[in-house]
Amino acid sequence: MTSEFWSVADTARRIAAGEITALAVLEATLARITAIDGELGAYLAVDGDGARAAAAEIDRRRAQNQPLPPLAGVPIALKDVLVTRGVATTAGSKILEGWIPPYDAHVVDKLRAAGAVVVGKVNCDEFAMGSSTENSAYRLTKNPWNLARVPGGSSGGSSAAVAAGLCAASLGTDTGGSIRQPAAFCGVVGLKPTYGRVSRWGVVAFASSLDQVGPLTRDVADAALVLQAIAGFDPRDSTSLDVPVPAFASALTGDVAGLRIGLPQEFFEAMDEDVRGAVRGAVAALVERGAETVDLSLPHTKLALPAYYLVAPAEASSNLARYDGVRYGQRAPATDLTEMYARTRGAGFGPEVKRRIMLGTYALRAGYYEAFYKKAQQIRTLIKRDFDKAFRYCDVILTPTTPTAAFAFGAKASPVDMYLADVFTLSCNLAGLPGISVPCGLTGDGLPIGAQLLGKPLDEVTLLRAGQVIERAVGLGDRRPTGLAAIGPPSRPARITKPGHAAPGGDA
Amino acid sequence: MSALTRTEVSELAVLARLHLEPGELDRMQRELGAILAHFEALAAVDTAGVPAMTHAVPMDLRLRPDLPEPSLSQEAALASAPRRAGELIVVPSSITPGRVEPGA
Repeated sequence: MTSEFWSVADTARRIAAGEITALAVLEATLARITAIDGELGAYLAVDGDGARAAAAEIDRRRAQNQPLPPLAGVPIALKDVLVTRGVATTAGSKILEGWIPPYDAHVVDKLRAAGAVVVGKVNCDEFAMGSSTENSAYRLTKNPWNLARVPGGSSGGSSAAVAAGLCAASLGTDTGGSIRQPAAFCGVVGLKPTYGRVSRWGVVAFASSLDQVGPLTRDVADAALVLQAIAGFDPRDSTSLDVPVPAFASALTGDVAGLRIGLPQEFFEAMDEDVRGAVRGAVAALVERGAETVDLSLPHTKLALPAYYLVAPAEASSNLARYDGVRYGQRAPATDLTEMYARTRGAGFGPEVKRRIMLGTYALRAGYYEAFYKKAQQIRTLIKRDFDKAFRYCDVILTPTTPTAAFAFGAKASPVDMYLADVFTLSCNLAGLPGISVPCGLTGDGLPIGAQLLGKPLDEVTLLRAGQVIERAVGLGDRRPTGLAAIGPPSRPARITKPGHAAPGGDA
Repeated sequence: MSALTRTEVSELAVLARLHLEPGELDRMQRELGAILAHFEALAAVDTAGVPAMTHAVPMDLRLRPDLPEPSLSQEAALASAPRRAGELIVVPSSITPGRVEPGA
């Protein structure tokens, strides 16, 4: 019995029914990680002992006929910006190398309470800043569909691990597209919830007014299940919304009759023809089942990129001030305190993080605030108003997730080239909306393409329902990543570690 | 507004508490200039009277009761400190005789 590509729902059901033990599912996952992750590079640390203990506990409860929680025994991977008690958390950065958090993030608490088995921590761009996971200080993560391509970013380890069957689901974070873009590149589903739907407590902060945690899964129903487990009010996050959480899975009715699908012209101007064709197929699938299309305009879309790259670095420069070598993480030798701060940060942060700290410091410095940060926040209001107006005429907005499929390593020569990879996903974060990327086909080269749905605030239900219709009509079905066939027997020891001991990196 | 002098880049690095090697400063000057050029589109937008959006969803910041709650033990909080002496975190001196702070 091979469990590695079972859905979250199927895995939980089979364990609950006694068809297989949670430990057997976990051991199959660990064996697969050993077999292919040396080459694929999704995991930074595998908590073999902690995961085995969690799986054994599920099996014990089942043996005693105790009721099992909804994700009982489901192996899940966490982006390494989610803090985990007793398991190293690096955020993909050297500055946090060796840090063992003394607590679990809220979403980790929630997943454990739902019975999930946390397998380990997966790779990401340093402090979630990037679109290819090439900015990790530890290793390169490859795209399971083509090992010469990036998995997207910043949640590239999350998307690659799910696509390659190295976990049943993963969590990522999305500040400007970092769940949806890697999901599109790796042919999986990625859901960025409404800002405030999921607590940020215990998330290594990048840009606090934009960051949001969400699931990456192999199908839409699984995204609903994982979102159900992590959503809800948390008094420890001052921006957490105290609103009812709907039953997401029960909304998956397949009924899109009369649903108004907004097609914003600004998102269909420049993209690869393969992407255009696949996204048109997604639109056609919805229309065939009774949805209507509405042509509309989001006129401030072009300003989203510059506004985002002022707001996010400004918030990052403030958030990352805490990495000073005093309380945790790495410290560089120095003769006085000021020099210690500067040398610790100079040695610990990578080039992209330094660029964004500098950019944010520039935008926030005295005399520049009005011209940059405040201006960008005003543009944000204009972008939000565009969406508010659009949603008077439609129920959901459909766009490509990315202008191209996964690109090759090193293909983005300049920072601005890389920033443009996020051009379709940024405005969702600026406006605080929910968004989902659902696979809607392959390019001629066999690379996955994602369709993005954007919804009204707190209307994840409609995204999931429409997303599942797309998935069933034009999704990837049972097609599995073709790049994995190129991976031979393990060439390196598996990165299965004891809790608290991160595997060394060095690939990147 | 897109051109940054090397002196400005050095000053920014001081403000950001980032030690940059000379080669990094050169690269930063070039790359920040290119990025800032993309921001020029914003200056042309009329935002008179448009409120600045600070959060995506309208919300009032909540206050919680000012009461003691369970928290990390002192040992757990200190466990990751790069250098400590008993219950204290040790850092280098904050005052170096003869040192003139940049910008002072």
